[in-house]
Amino acid sequence: MNTSTTVLPGQPAAIAPDVHWVGALDPDLRQFDIILRTANGTSYNAYAVRGRDGVAVIDTVKAEFADDFFARLWACCKPAEIRAIVLNHLEPDHTGALPALLAAAPDARVYLSSAALRMLKGIVKDGIDESRLTVVDADTRVDLGGRTLRFLHTPYLHWPDTQCTWVEEDGLLFSGDVFGCHFCDERLFNDRVGDFRFSFDYYYQHIMRPFREHVLEALALIEALPIRLIAPAHGPVLRDAPRNYVQRYRQLASPLLTFEAGEHEKTLLVFYISAYGNTERMARAVRDGAEGVEGVRVSLYDLAGGDPAPFVDLIEEADGLMFGSPTINGDAVKPVWDLLSSLTLVKVKGKFGAAFGSFGWSGEAVRLIEDRLRGLKLRVPRTGVRVKLIPTDEELAECRALGRELAEHLVGRAQPLHIDFSAPGALTT
Amino acid sequence: MPKAQVTFEDIGVTVTVPAGTRLIEVSEKVGAGITYGCREGECGTCMMKIVSGGEHLASPSVLEDQVLKDNYAGAANRLGCQAQVLGGHIVVRPG
Repeated sequence: MNTSTTVLPGQPAAIAPDVHWVGALDPDLRQFDIILRTANGTSYNAYAVRGRDGVAVIDTVKAEFADDFFARLWACCKPAEIRAIVLNHLEPDHTGALPALLAAAPDARVYLSSAALRMLKGIVKDGIDESRLTVVDADTRVDLGGRTLRFLHTPYLHWPDTQCTWVEEDGLLFSGDVFGCHFCDERLFNDRVGDFRFSFDYYYQHIMRPFREHVLEALALIEALPIRLIAPAHGPVLRDAPRNYVQRYRQLASPLLTFEAGEHEKTLLVFYISAYGNTERMARAVRDGAEGVEGVRVSLYDLAGGDPAPFVDLIEEADGLMFGSPTINGDAVKPVWDLLSSLTLVKVKGKFGAAFGSFGWSGEAVRLIEDRLRGLKLRVPRTGVRVKLIPTDEELAECRALGRELAEHLVGRAQPLHIDFSAPGALTT
Repeated sequence: MPKAQVTFEDIGVTVTVPAGTRLIEVSEKVGAGITYGCREGECGTCMMKIVSGGEHLASPSVLEDQVLKDNYAGAANRLGCQAQVLGGHIVVRPG
């Protein structure tokens, strides 16, 4: 049995008395899930927790690393000893060895969240005996004999199914992807591995940030625990000052920018880009209209002069977003799409949005932007303004009305509207 | 044809629709803040609050009931993709 603090091939690594890391190292990985890069590979962390009456296995590994996982697992327990298989998260990098584990330990019960239950059929395609499954909640206890597993309902970190497992006697938190990072180092523990702070933050920014409100809900549960060690599903095991990482999540989940608007003010950001100044004139009219609404702070940005990243930070905190783009070759222009495609990093659901723009002959940009805003789950209550080439005074007045009406929505003063869709076919046109 | 009225409180829009319409068919059309994920009653993304008139909605299915429970829904919560209006006047808002 490996009792050193370096992971050895085929050997489990003790992280606490009778608790072992039985995961796998993937040092050569450079891109994860398409969206993440990693300079240090990653690890797929799985754990075996032994009690007097049996063993619980917490998560598994990516399918191609199943041999590593089983070599380590069978070095610290026999298949018949496994009483519990805990699934903190069903993403394939944690469930790749699950079908084989279910077959190897047929008497083990599976503990998972109710959202995971609905996903499990997509993971174990050849069927699973449903009598083996236990959907857990905050009251569920799994007594291993001297060690008790409890479960924290922490959904959307970063899938609907995610949960954490807590061993109350030892203060061990098996946190799933929370507090994880893509950083592979055979020295395993946070006080031994290389400096992984950037990987920890990068992982948060790309995986957890879109679910900030759920992070805050989870932190409310986690911060109350007397944690002695955090065992995440990727990256170093956090045994030295684990609460520092909880605190870091609290910092990362707090607004990045100091809020300069008044406490009761709403913020509206107007982004535009303009080839001949026409869309810019519309943007200024939109801003003028919005500024007439008390309680709304309006800001205007020319996308020709900015990178998406700082705008994304602004957008995360804003209440309303408007985008102005000319139409070139039947589309909105690239800087607009660059920004709109960056918004999956933050939560924009529920914000108010609108679009406007000048065009030469076809004018698709405004509708395409509106569709994207709806796709991002913004509210788009007002049809955008499209102007052929140079805006007239009347068309600029329309732009001012667009800005004013969206601003009125932000402060809850929009004029009530009644639409009749009761005629046959009205809903489908 | 029997009709129903639905008010989307967050944007101040009231629509008149044929009875039997599901809220998903109309809420996006008017830009209301109810947002959708799977659109099949599984993910819970479109959970919304019935402010009034809940009795004018068809009863939730077993699946909808389970998804609402999973998401710690209150008694006034329904899924926008599943809720079907039967008549009367219903007031809803996101959340």
